[in-house]
Amino acid sequence: MTAATDKEAPKLPETDFTETPWLDPQAAPLIQIKSLSKEFDDFTAVDSISLDIYQGELFTILGSSGCGKSTLLRMLAGFENPSAGQIIIDGVDISDLPAYDRPVNMMFQSYAVFPHMTVAQNIAYGLKKDRLPNAEINSRVQEMLELVQLQDLAARKPKQLSGGQCQRVALARALIKRPKVLLLDEPLAALDKKLREQTQFELINLQHKLGTTFIVVTHDQEEAMTLSSRVAVMDAGRFVQIGTPLEVYEFPLNRFVADFFGTINLFDATVTSSVQVDSCTHTIEAALDKTGTLVKADCSHQLNQGDIISIGVRPEKLSISQKKPRGKNLTITNGIVEDLAYYGNRSIYRVRSHSGRMIQVSAQNFQRTKELVLEWDDQVYLSWDSSCSVVLPE
Amino acid sequence: MSQANHSIPLGDKLWRWLVISLPYWWLAIFFLAPFAIVFKISFADPVVAQPPFSNFFDFSPGAESWLLATLDNYRFITEDNLYWISYFKSLKIATISTVLCLLLGYPMAYGIAKCQPGTRNILLMLVILPFWTSFLLRVYAWIVMLGKTGAINSLLLKMGLITTPIEMLYTDGAVYLGIVYTYIPFMVLPLYSVLEKMDTNLQDAAADLGARRWQVFFNIILPLSMPGVIAGSMLVFIPALGEFVIPSLLGGIDSLMIGRTLYDEFFINRDWPLASAVATVLLFIIVVPIMLLQSSLKEHS
Repeated sequence: MTAATDKEAPKLPETDFTETPWLDPQAAPLIQIKSLSKEFDDFTAVDSISLDIYQGELFTILGSSGCGKSTLLRMLAGFENPSAGQIIIDGVDISDLPAYDRPVNMMFQSYAVFPHMTVAQNIAYGLKKDRLPNAEINSRVQEMLELVQLQDLAARKPKQLSGGQCQRVALARALIKRPKVLLLDEPLAALDKKLREQTQFELINLQHKLGTTFIVVTHDQEEAMTLSSRVAVMDAGRFVQIGTPLEVYEFPLNRFVADFFGTINLFDATVTSSVQVDSCTHTIEAALDKTGTLVKADCSHQLNQGDIISIGVRPEKLSISQKKPRGKNLTITNGIVEDLAYYGNRSIYRVRSHSGRMIQVSAQNFQRTKELVLEWDDQVYLSWDSSCSVVLPE
Repeated sequence: MSQANHSIPLGDKLWRWLVISLPYWWLAIFFLAPFAIVFKISFADPVVAQPPFSNFFDFSPGAESWLLATLDNYRFITEDNLYWISYFKSLKIATISTVLCLLLGYPMAYGIAKCQPGTRNILLMLVILPFWTSFLLRVYAWIVMLGKTGAINSLLLKMGLITTPIEMLYTDGAVYLGIVYTYIPFMVLPLYSVLEKMDTNLQDAAADLGARRWQVFFNIILPLSMPGVIAGSMLVFIPALGEFVIPSLLGGIDSLMIGRTLYDEFFINRDWPLASAVATVLLFIIVVPIMLLQSSLKEHS
C-alpha cells in the first residue's frame, strides 16, 4: 500500500512522455475513439469518426459552428449518447457510462459556474460528490486555488468575479478531480483579446505542469494554432485533416483546410509538366487558368500533364515590390494595390492582378518611416518561391 | 448630478416625477387609504346606526376626551376562542394547500420548461385556461362533482367499487381540493419562468463533476429556483389565507376559516369594528412573515 502511494507521490511534474507520441507505433493511446457517430432526427452530426489521442497531448478540434465538434465533445463528456461506435479511455470502454462516472471533466464555454456557491464551494463540488473526507477536500481546494491564483477570492460569489476569474474557477473546478482527460469547450472565446493571449499561455503552462491530457474544441484557428500539440480540422461531422499546427498550416490536404486554417490565395491551374527531383519531391509546372501564367510548385507526389489542381500561396510568403524581382524558381506577377491595411507590425495589401484576380499579401514593416512605402493604386510586382506554393487537389 | 437636473425642463421634471410616483399613488389610494379606514373602525364601538360604528373623534364641548378609541375589539378577539380557532384553521389550510400546490406545481412547471417551445406555449395556455371561466362557476362545478349524488360518487357506485356514497363535499378535503385547484396556476407560472431561464449547462456541469440526477436537482435546480418557489408560495398562501368563497361553498361546518368569520362579523352580526379588528390582525399575520422573508432574502443576496 505504502509502496503504491510512494510511486504515485511524485506524479505532478511528470512530463516524460515523448513530444510526438503519435509518431511512435509502440505508444498506446490514452483515448481511442472508434468509428463514433451521432445521428439526430434528420442529420448526422458526427459521422463515423476514429481518433487516437495520447497521454499529455493538448489536442484541438477545430471547426466552424455546426460541424459536429461540440457534439463530439458532449459525447466524450457523456451528455450525449453515441448512435454508434466506442470511446475507450485508458483501456476502458466508457461509451455507456453516465457523465458522473467518467474519468473526464469538462470546462464549459459559458463556464457554468454555480451562481449560488462561492468560489471555494464551486471548486470543492466535485470532491464533495465523491464523498472525500473534509480535510482532504479543503487541502486540495487550497492547492487548486493557489494553482489558478484565486486564494484571495475563495469566499466570493461568481457575481463578484470578472470573466477571466470565472474562467479560472471553471478550470480549477474541472481539474480538481484529477481527470484523465480535461475537455475544454471554447475555453477562451468569452475573454477579450489581451486576456485571451495571456490566458493561452497560462493554459499551456498549466497543462505542462499537470500533464493532464486536454481536448479543446474551438472555432478560432489562431487559438488552435497556439495551443495545440495536434489539431483535427473538422467539417460536416468528419475530420478533414489531423496533424501538428505546422503540418496543417504549411501542408494542408485540400482547399477547405487551406482556406479554414489561415488565409490563402488559391489559383486554379492545369499541370503542364512534372519532374521528379528526389524520392519525395516533384517539381511541377502549371498554367493558371484565364492568364496561362506558368507557376512552379513542389509537390510530394507525381502528377500528370493535364491534371486540374489548385495552387495555394499564403499571403506572408509573397513578396511585394515596385521593382521587378529577379531569381531562380520565382513566380512573378504584377498588379495594382487596391486595398491596404496598416497593422503596425505588418501591412496587408490586396492586389488586383491583370487577370482581375485579387491576391492578398501580408508584409512585415521592416523600416520605420513616416509615410507608407506603398500606396493605393501603386503598380507592384508580386513574387514567390516555388517551394512556397501548395499543390491542392481540385 | 445637480447639473443634470438643471438642464431638464420643468415640464419634463414634473412628468418624470409623476411617472415614478404613480405606483406609490396607486398603493396610497387603493391600499393604504382603505386600510387606514378599516384600522380606524377597528378602534370604534358598534352602534345601531348608519354607519354602524361610533365616531372616532368627539369635539363637542364637555366631552371627556376628544379621541374616542377603544381596544375592546382586540381584547375580544384574544378572549374568544372562535377567532383563534379560525386564524389557526386558516393558517393550517393555507400552509398545507401551499405545500400541495408546490408539490404538484413544481413537476408541472419543470415538465413544461423541458418541452419544445411550441408545446410549451400550448401547455402554458392550458394552465391559464381555467381563468377564462368564472371562478364561482368552477367552484360550483366541484359541488356537482363531489356531491353525494355527484358525478364521482355515481360513477363509483355504477362501477360497483363502493356501495354507499363517499362523504366528499363539505369536508376539509374538498376545501384543500378547491384551493389547490384554484391557485395552482399562480404556483406554476413563477416556477416556470425561473426554470425556463435556467442554464442547462449548470446541470451538465454538476453531472460532469459526479452528481447523480437527484443530487443535480437538490444541489443546483432547487436552490436556483428558490425565487420562483417563494414567489409562487406567496401567491398561493396569501389569498388562500383569506379565502372565503371556497370554504363556504365546499367546506363543512368545521372548515371555519378567518375569511368566513370576517364575513359573518361584517354582514351577519353587523359588528364592523370587531370585523375590522379581525381584518387588521389578519393583515399583520400576513405582513410579518413576508417582511421577515424579505429581509432574509436581502441577506442572502
